[in-house]
Order: sequence, then C-alpha cells, then structure tokens
Amino acid sequence: MTLPEEEVAEELTPGVPGRGPRRAPSRGRVVVRRFLRSRQGAAGLAVLVVMFLLAFAGPLLSPWSYTDRDFTAFLQPPSASHWFGTLQTGADVYAVTLRGMQKSLIVGLLAALVSTALAALVGAFAGYFPGWADRTLTWLTDLLLVLPAFLILAIMSPVFGEGTWALFVLMLSLFLWMVTSKIVRSMTVSLKRREFIQAARFMGVRPVTIIFRHVLPNLSSLLIVDATLNVSAAILTETSLSYFGFGIQPPDVSFGTLIADGSKTAVYAPWTFWFVAGLLVVTVLAVNLVGDALRDAFDPTSTRPR
Amino acid sequence: MAGFLARRLLNYVVLVAVAASLAYMLAATALDPRSNYADRTPKPPPAVIDAQLTALNLNDRVPLLERYAVWAGGVLHGDLGKNVTGSPVNDDIARRAGVTFRLVLLGMIVGSVGGVLLGALAAVRQYGWFDRVSTGLSFAVLAVPVVVLANMLILFATWVNDRLGTQVFLVSGEYTGGLDTGFWGSVLDRIQHLVLPTVSLSLALVAVFSRYQRNMMLDVLGADFVRTARAKGLSRRAALTRHALRTALVPVMTYFAFTFGALLTGATFTEKIFGWHGLGEQLINSIFTNDVNTVAAIALLAAVAVLCASLASDLLHAALDPRVRAG
Repeated sequence: MTLPEEEVAEELTPGVPGRGPRRAPSRGRVVVRRFLRSRQGAAGLAVLVVMFLLAFAGPLLSPWSYTDRDFTAFLQPPSASHWFGTLQTGADVYAVTLRGMQKSLIVGLLAALVSTALAALVGAFAGYFPGWADRTLTWLTDLLLVLPAFLILAIMSPVFGEGTWALFVLMLSLFLWMVTSKIVRSMTVSLKRREFIQAARFMGVRPVTIIFRHVLPNLSSLLIVDATLNVSAAILTETSLSYFGFGIQPPDVSFGTLIADGSKTAVYAPWTFWFVAGLLVVTVLAVNLVGDALRDAFDPTSTRPR
Repeated sequence: MAGFLARRLLNYVVLVAVAASLAYMLAATALDPRSNYADRTPKPPPAVIDAQLTALNLNDRVPLLERYAVWAGGVLHGDLGKNVTGSPVNDDIARRAGVTFRLVLLGMIVGSVGGVLLGALAAVRQYGWFDRVSTGLSFAVLAVPVVVLANMLILFATWVNDRLGTQVFLVSGEYTGGLDTGFWGSVLDRIQHLVLPTVSLSLALVAVFSRYQRNMMLDVLGADFVRTARAKGLSRRAALTRHALRTALVPVMTYFAFTFGALLTGATFTEKIFGWHGLGEQLINSIFTNDVNTVAAIALLAAVAVLCASLASDLLHAALDPRVRAG
C-alpha cells in the first residue's frame, strides 16, 4: 500500500477517534466488541477463565495438598475421596495436577510477556536505527534462530536447580522472540517514514522517546496477539522440557513432569495420564483460540462468516 | 543469482561456526563430567580422574578457551573428539545419523506434502465442510505437544493391538532384532515400526502447513492472473495447480526453513519416546551423562542441518519465483 492510499483507508476506517461531528467509539471498545462477538474468542476466553479459577481456587476445595501421600491408596481409580484417583506414590492426582497447572500457567504467562517485550525492543531498535545497530541485532536474531532452542535449554538444565524457575522462565523467553522481532523490525522501518514520526523527529524528540511513545504503541495490536500466542508456545516448550527432566525440577511439579510420570502407568491406570494431558490440551487450545480471535478483532479488513 | 547464493552461503558458514562454538562453550560450562566419577566404587584418586579427563579434553581445571581451541582444531580436521567412555564421537554419530535422517526425511515429506495439499483443498472450497473440518482439526492438533501425542499414539496402538489380538503397530525401536522372515517380512516389520513415529512427527507439521497454505492460497485465488489464466482458456484445474498453487507455494517455502528446527526438536522427542537409537535420543542421554563432546557434535550437526534447510528453501524460492533469479 502506498502512503496516500493508506491515508484514504484510514479516513474510511471507523473507529479512529476525533473525526467528524459524531464521536466515533474508541478503538479499544471496537476491538473488545468484535472479539466478544466472535464465537471462538468468547469460548476460548471463558475456558481460560475457568482454567485459571481451577488452578488457583481449585486446590482449596480438596482436602489433599500436592505434597500429601495417602498410604492407604496406591494407584487407585477416581473415587469420592480422590476425585482424579491416586498415583503410585499415593499422591492425589487432582491436587498434583492443579499444582502443575499453576506452575505451567505462570511460567507460560511470564515467558510470553518477557519474550514479547524483548521482540518489541529488539525489533524496534533494529528498524529505527539503520546501520551497524540494525546489522548487529539482525545477526543476533538469525543466530538464535539457528540454534535449536530445545538443545540449548537442555544443555543449560543442570543450572536450573531447585527454586531457580525464574531463571528457567528467562531462558525460555530468550528463544521465543526471534520471528516476531523480525516482523516488528520491518514494520518499524515503514512506520519511520510516516508523517507523525517525521514530525516528532523534526521537533527534536529523542529517538528512544519516539520508539516508546510513537512506534511501539502503533504496533500494539501485533504485540498483543503475539504475546497471547507465545503463552501457548511457552507452555508447550515448558511441557516438553520438563517431560525429559530438563525443566521444572522435582519436588516441584508441572504439566511436563506429570505427563512423564503418567505415561509410564497410562496403560493400566489411565487416570494418571488423561486428566493432565486433557487439561493441558484444553488450556493451550483456549489460548490459541483467544489469540486467533484477537487477531481478527484487531484487523479492520477481516470478515468472518456467521 | 550466483553472487546472491555465494553471499548467503558465506553468511551461513559464519553463523554455523558461531552457533557451534557457542553450544560448545555452554555445554562445557554447564555440564560436569567430573561428577561421573564421584559415585564409582572404589573411588578413583583425584590424580587419575584429572588424567582421564585431560585425555578426553573434558578437564574443567583446564581453561575453557584452551579446551575450546583443542575441540575446534579437531573439528576443523573432521574429528569431533571422544565421548565420556573414551570412544570416538565420530563413529557413534555416523551410526546414529542415518536413523535420524530417515525419520526426519520421511516426516518432512509426509508433513509438508500433506499439509500443502490439505491447505490448498481447503482454500479452493472455502467455508465448505472440508475447510471447516480441517481448520478445527488443525487447531486441535496444534494444541497437542509431541510428547503427549506420541504417548497417545502408543496408548492407541496398545488398544488396537489388544482388540485385534495381533501386533499391528510396533511401538519400540526401528526394527525387530533377529527377525528371519526374508526380505518382505523385514520390510513389513520396518513399516510396522515406522507408522506411529512418522505420524507423531508429521501431524503437527501438516497442521501448520495446511493453515499457512490455506491463507496464502486464499490471497492468490482472487488475483487477476488466475482470472486471466481462466480467460485464456485454461481449465479450472490447470489454472489452480499451475498458476495459483505455484504462486502460493513461494511464501510457504520460506516458512519451511523456520519449521525445520522445530522438526529436529520433534524428532528428538519422537526418537526418545519410541526408542529409536538416533541422534535425538543420544542428545538427551549425553546430557545426563555430562558428555560435552557428543552434545557439541550434535549441536553442530543441528545447526548445519537448519542452515542446509534455509539454503534449500532459498534455492526452491529461486526455482519457483523468477524475480529472484533475475535479481
């Protein structure tokens, strides 16, 4: 799209505030309305809210905590006292699963936030400052794309001891930002030629201020969608790493460690595997649906069939 | 065109060198081969441990850069060093590379061809039943990590085998050892072993590619050149396959390079869970045995593989898009 075309499109698009005699609805409100009107977005959000409630309020309902062992019931099927059954160690599957879900959700959310922030910063700086800054940052991005994330995280795993899950989150997010930062970079390059940025530059606003006040807010829709989709990517990566013992370390539990334990007994004790696996899949699915619906809600040209 | 490829190649070689060096440094700092000797009985004297570690170039008392120099010098001469038991890494890797290569190649072909076909079909009949079903399924598949999918497949196979009373799917290893059923018998045996790992590896790829191909195809279907192709008398099928599909493939090919790294990771999980003795399984084992040289060797191979995929996608891009060749 060339510049004049873009301007025309902007004038025709409803939702840009402050034009015309009638006050147009704010963009945020338009997006929220479009998001909630889409069936999959509303459903995904509802499921996600239920999952959060379950993870953080659910443990209060059960008499068992995730560290308890019931020495009268080993590997028992679901019953009134153990809603999801018990593991070989006598641990209550319901309590352990919800504890694992808490950890996975927190790790996923934090890793997504950090990696999107990183993508935004690196992409915007690379796009705004041509020359050596751009070349260095782009090269760094390419380098991290070449290194398989799983391999590096697995190598680093001896460093993640007990209680260092914050470091784990940081390392996880270090491998999720590259593709987005490439997109942010190319969008920043084209934003930089727009009049409002030019105007700010000629008024003498410092480049860093321009990036934070004018460039990044204009990419907010992309970044919000990306952060949402990164949550599911982070949860999936965390699960795989923990499955092989490279992520969250015992005695702490997460989806990955639980699935690894459950898969060994799944053939004759299906409740040790399917509850955890099911919750994981439903959570990730809900996050993906929300992300997809958000993308459509932010995109003024998208139309979907009713 | 030649200049473009040469510049790309040079850039890639530098990237591989830096990536492999970084992986070696990380592995050498994070892994601790000395701890392998800690729980041996009788406990060997420290001097013996030091001597052994030094012989394997694993001694953490030698400065990191010195160890790195020895390792890098060896790699330049095609020697990947020795593993913790003292046998050369080269032999081990060469034996295992074939296994991984077969698995990845098959998964890649099934995944990309299947995904592109599904996506193209879904786009041609947008919002038809096929489009809706494939969209829903790919959403579901993308929410299932490979580790869960592989375990589900194993459970499914056990269930099917129990129901039918015979072993239809074999879930462990690449082939049955000591089988004496002639050529066709062993081919059948290999296929029985191959089905589930291939499905577990390629299903996610099919989902990703079909979504991407569908969107690209939809962008192209309404374009003028497709209408022109129909107007000059091409049948709908010819216009769609020769013009629309080909054009829509170009961005998908670029995307291919990005998914290759994910494919290698998926192969690691698949190998470990299905008990194939490939590089991925070796990687996970060698991290647990603090085998720095093996880890570094596999990291090097992975980086080379990812960059070969990027180069291949550059070449395919050039083959499909005449503008790249001209420029």
